[in-house]
Amino acid sequence: MTTDDRPSDRRPVRTPSIVACPDGPILVRGDVTLVDDSGRAIPRRRSTVALCRCGASAIKPYCDGTHKAIGFTAP
Amino acid sequence: MKLPSPRGPLSRAVTEVLSSPVGGEVGDLAPLTRRALEHSVDLLADDDVQLTLYVMYELFYRGFEGVDDDWEWSPDLLAARRLIELALEQHLSDRVAVPEGVAPARAAVAEALFALTAPTPGPSVARYVAKRATLEQVRELLVQRSVYQLKEADPHTWAIPRLVGRPKAALVEIQADEYGGGDPERMHCELFARTMRGAALDAEYGAYIEQIPAVTLAGVNVMSLFGLHRRWRGATAGHLAAFEMTSSLPNRLYGDGFRRHGFGQDTTEYFDEHVEADAVHEQIAGRDLAGALVQQEPELLHDVLFGAATCLYLDEVVGEHLLSAWGAGVSSLRTA
Repeated sequence: MTTDDRPSDRRPVRTPSIVACPDGPILVRGDVTLVDDSGRAIPRRRSTVALCRCGASAIKPYCDGTHKAIGFTAP
Repeated sequence: MKLPSPRGPLSRAVTEVLSSPVGGEVGDLAPLTRRALEHSVDLLADDDVQLTLYVMYELFYRGFEGVDDDWEWSPDLLAARRLIELALEQHLSDRVAVPEGVAPARAAVAEALFALTAPTPGPSVARYVAKRATLEQVRELLVQRSVYQLKEADPHTWAIPRLVGRPKAALVEIQADEYGGGDPERMHCELFARTMRGAALDAEYGAYIEQIPAVTLAGVNVMSLFGLHRRWRGATAGHLAAFEMTSSLPNRLYGDGFRRHGFGQDTTEYFDEHVEADAVHEQIAGRDLAGALVQQEPELLHDVLFGAATCLYLDEVVGEHLLSAWGAGVSSLRTA
């Protein structure tokens, strides 16, 4: 093991990525902290989360699938 | 779990075989199996056949107390199982309508799956549970679901080594979340066990097997059929996609039903977790699992759509069973 390959130098989670799903939520992966408008961290229980894009989710900022019930189409 | 009590001549013969040590005389199960299948009026509602298949598959999951683990790969049992599987596959392909005219491309498959699983108005188990189900009925729902949910995700996990590239990574991403991201307390099967205990039910694996009707066993058997056969990897991907796509909104309603009866967050957490988790999973399952798999192996298009449509068909059959029993004021469970 070289000094460049210490475990502490390894990235613990994957590179952040954001996917806008067609007519659906925004999938967020990787080392991203979600915060509310006052900067407080929003609890995140899974490594990939879906953020509401239609505005109708009952568990915002997360998606609860309601976009399908209201026939949301992404702009 | 304990070996279930037989429900007819075939399950009697098979449970008797399993109660004996491996290496003894099995006898030819094929004629008995053929007879049971020929006499079956409705395969999905046939207690003897569905229990037999359930028992044969369970050898591949957790086995049974006092049953030799070596029975798992017994050629005699597998030969009989094959006959049941062929009949079940035929039964489903005769009844399940598969969408036509779908292009074998990632986006087209995802779109077709979302269209197939689009929310529909009208009676559903979830709406009934939210608004009307009695305390006894919501507890009964947990008993019905326990046969799958206490091994939640396991049947689809069989497909992981049969996939490569993007679809494999997508399935791992979904299943890792199903298994709580590696936290034993967050595994979905454990969350379900907590919900059962919250409703004063026995969360031990297989505790209610005697009361589980054939149609419910059929739903789980089909998942095992797809999962245990590499040739059905497309159907497993499609089944999982449809399962996830029809989960978030109903789980909100199931949670509402339990809240209506005064259950707290410790009991409803399972449902609340699925509202959030499956809104993630359905996106991954539609495009990166099922869609990407068809893109990779276009000849699997039909199987993917068949798996999805089969999931919905079985959900409907089980739903009709529950709602007709509850509508008549009787239990949907078997009376042992």
